Amino acid sequence: MASFNQFGNDLHTGKLSYNIVGRRKIWYSVAAVMILIAILGPVLRGGFTFGIEFTGGSEFVLSEISTEDQGAAATAVTGVVPEAVPKVSVVGSDSIRVQTDQLSDTESREVRAALASAYSVDAAKVTSSFIGPSWGQDITGSAIRALLTFLVLAGAVMALYFRTWKMAAAAMVALLHDLVITAGFYGITGFEITPAAVIGFLTILGYSLYDTVVVFDKIRENTAEDGSESRRTFADSVNLAVNQTLVRSINTSIVAVLPVASILVIGAFVLGAGTLQDISLALLIGMLVGTYSTIFIAAPLYAQLRENEPEIRKRDKKALALKAKAAGTAPAAGADATHVDVPA
Amino acid sequence: MAKSSPTKKAWRSLTWLGVIIVGLIALNGAGVFTGGGSWTPKLALDLEGGTQIILAPKLESGQTVSSEQLNQAVSIIRQRIDSAGVSESEINTQGGQNIVVSIPGTPDDATLSRIESSAKLEFRPVLVASAPTEASVGADGSTDTPTDGATDGATAPATDAAADPAAETPTVAPTDASDLNNITPALQEQFDTFQCSDIDTSNVAPADQPLITCETDGSIKYILGPVEVSGENISDSTNGQVTTQSGATTGEWAVNIVFDGTGTKAFADVTTRLSGLSGAQNQFAIVLDGSVISAPRTLAVITDGKPQITGSFDQETSKALADQLKFGALPISFTVQSQDTISATLGSTQLQSGLIAGLIGLILVVLYSLAQYRLLGLVTVASLIVAGVITYFLITLLSWREGYRLSLAGVAGLIVAIGITADSFIVYFERVRDELRDGRGLVSAVESGWRRAIRTIIASDTVNFLAAAVLFILAVGNVRGFALTLGLTTLVDLLVVALFTHPVLQLLARTKFFGDGHKLSGLDPRALGAVYRGRAQFQPSAEVASRKATSSSKEAAKRQTIAERKAAELVGTGSTKSTDGKDS
Repeated sequence: MASFNQFGNDLHTGKLSYNIVGRRKIWYSVAAVMILIAILGPVLRGGFTFGIEFTGGSEFVLSEISTEDQGAAATAVTGVVPEAVPKVSVVGSDSIRVQTDQLSDTESREVRAALASAYSVDAAKVTSSFIGPSWGQDITGSAIRALLTFLVLAGAVMALYFRTWKMAAAAMVALLHDLVITAGFYGITGFEITPAAVIGFLTILGYSLYDTVVVFDKIRENTAEDGSESRRTFADSVNLAVNQTLVRSINTSIVAVLPVASILVIGAFVLGAGTLQDISLALLIGMLVGTYSTIFIAAPLYAQLRENEPEIRKRDKKALALKAKAAGTAPAAGADATHVDVPA
Repeated sequence: MAKSSPTKKAWRSLTWLGVIIVGLIALNGAGVFTGGGSWTPKLALDLEGGTQIILAPKLESGQTVSSEQLNQAVSIIRQRIDSAGVSESEINTQGGQNIVVSIPGTPDDATLSRIESSAKLEFRPVLVASAPTEASVGADGSTDTPTDGATDGATAPATDAAADPAAETPTVAPTDASDLNNITPALQEQFDTFQCSDIDTSNVAPADQPLITCETDGSIKYILGPVEVSGENISDSTNGQVTTQSGATTGEWAVNIVFDGTGTKAFADVTTRLSGLSGAQNQFAIVLDGSVISAPRTLAVITDGKPQITGSFDQETSKALADQLKFGALPISFTVQSQDTISATLGSTQLQSGLIAGLIGLILVVLYSLAQYRLLGLVTVASLIVAGVITYFLITLLSWREGYRLSLAGVAGLIVAIGITADSFIVYFERVRDELRDGRGLVSAVESGWRRAIRTIIASDTVNFLAAAVLFILAVGNVRGFALTLGLTTLVDLLVVALFTHPVLQLLARTKFFGDGHKLSGLDPRALGAVYRGRAQFQPSAEVASRKATSSSKEAAKRQTIAERKAAELVGTGSTKSTDGKDS
């Protein structure tokens, strides 16, 4: 791992520096394209697929059965409607409850017949009815209210902590980027949005901001340390901070993604669709996008927001002059300044 | 043996951590010992099953229930259940008629009444109060002797006037709700024959009409005036013990109500009027679902809109009523149609797989930490174990005290927390390494790295905790359970990094192995680019003449300050261009 250490050392000293802030136009374009896909994709596919917790669905109750094997019910339902994800539970001592997505009348009849034969009971012992959503408008409404309150408070806390609203604004833009792309992924692939997936989204919300705060804190440190003698422009300082925290960003993403990926793999390949897959998929996408957006969206955006402040302009000018002076004393100068001069 | 102050502090922190862990285990043990507690957390509906209760609306013939009413009822019932703890119940409508409530465990009667009772609260002035009539009253009631003097000569004409619609409207229009003109002959007749067992709680008289009813225990029967203030004007309600003016508690439980603006004004108006009246008319009846909970005398005008309801409450019933009042009355009354046990929808295989997945994930994290940080990675592993132990006992405690139940989504959330917790250690270690790169000795690198890292950790954890707190307070249903898990793991993260990871690192920095920067310690200054200066001190090289010198000195990777590096870059025309191009 010596080479990785070396990588970290070089990033820390500035020997190795990825020009991330200077190339913001590229990252913005990438983000714009991704967001466009995330919005258009689901629209073209016909919107999101919601789970029965949101839409309600059909419920079948078998009474006076002799076996409590839950698997037989699931098999009977998927035999008729292959894409259904039935929720089966034993009610009381001799009934089985099966909940599925909303079925058409024909499908309902077929499922009733299939269930009756699977448990060898009379079809009359199978009742079907419509069930309303268990995740109703009231939960969604309260969750959205809570979310907006959180965003306002988080924005205020960040603005106070960093002493500038521009960091809060940049972090929020990155957060929005993460949420749109993660949601778009669900829309494009057609994965069902279940309460577990929503909880996954909420986790990402926290994670995305968390990750941004960690990197922004280094930016705050670097830009605050720049004295009048500094040869670094504001954008240089931001870029240096991003590079210096790059090793941390990589390590953290790997450590955070490893458990999530193992849940996803086990959830999807061993168990099939279900709660584990729903939550881990949202998390995996969100964490990767969250780390990416901190580096490639939030940091460049912050630098851009601050760049045009008169004071920063003045200091940038001075830094450039100092740099030019230093370059002037050396014969082979000039080439290095290029990345600073990348036009905004 | 004189210990330096950081060492002392480190040991003190570790002692505190020990105290906290032992305290948690002892608390949990006390819970198990006194009953109710357990060494394992309770599981939620999806993993363990529970009880399915089907509620059917109580309807008069011809009455129907609208989907709007059902949805409103679902929302109110959900809030009532949520306020009893974080159990992640599942509530939905069925067949456009019934409400199905699935809750983990087996509900007792108190839980059932908390769910199904409509909780319609009304404040009505008392017009007439009397002892209840005996059950021996004849069917037509005409033989009954009036028990109250207020009836005087009205009894005789009332019997035949009952069929006359005119008798149901007051002869003199009442001026206010306390006016005895509210009592029509027909009403008087009805009151005289009324028995406390007749109360129909699902069919309370309209708000603008007088009401005949009884005390909940059947000890007194009343004629009450029209509704003065109703439960809709309550903005908040809590339960607590009644305190005397000196502040001592009397041990009696009460429900404290806070009215909104309209309620406050109406309440002030009524109490002003009632306090001027005497006898039964001075009493103000508090009516819940058609029965009088209590009818206190109005001794003073209440202008702050914060009345207190007392009655035969204990802690549990007062809390239940306070919660019911806070979330409002159900638009319709329900009865329990069936109550059955229900099995888990996910079953044990899902939980097992989830735990196996978590274990695999954890092993991968350990391997990566060791590869990345060598023996320092062991500190990460130990910290994660400490965090895991604390989280486990906190969750077990919460599941005992607050009714928290672990669902599969919750398990997944905890596994995910591994990554977020580990990030604090990574942030910290990277800061310490940065300090080493800047040429500090390990002991001081640990201290100054910590000062910078803890700022970042606190700032970022604040954001996470804020998310958890806001979601917990404002959201309902499954989201609250998630918020609790998130808040918990965030706090544990802070606790562990401050009371375990940092002290351990402080102590390790003083060992020979780490202090001398052994290759396997993960804190080898040479590998981190600092230059050995002797006596375990490292200092960055003062000057580097040219870029070429730097790139060639591979064995030491001589360290420069950033400014020097920049200067050197400007000077050099080296082959390895440092800025542009690396990422393309």
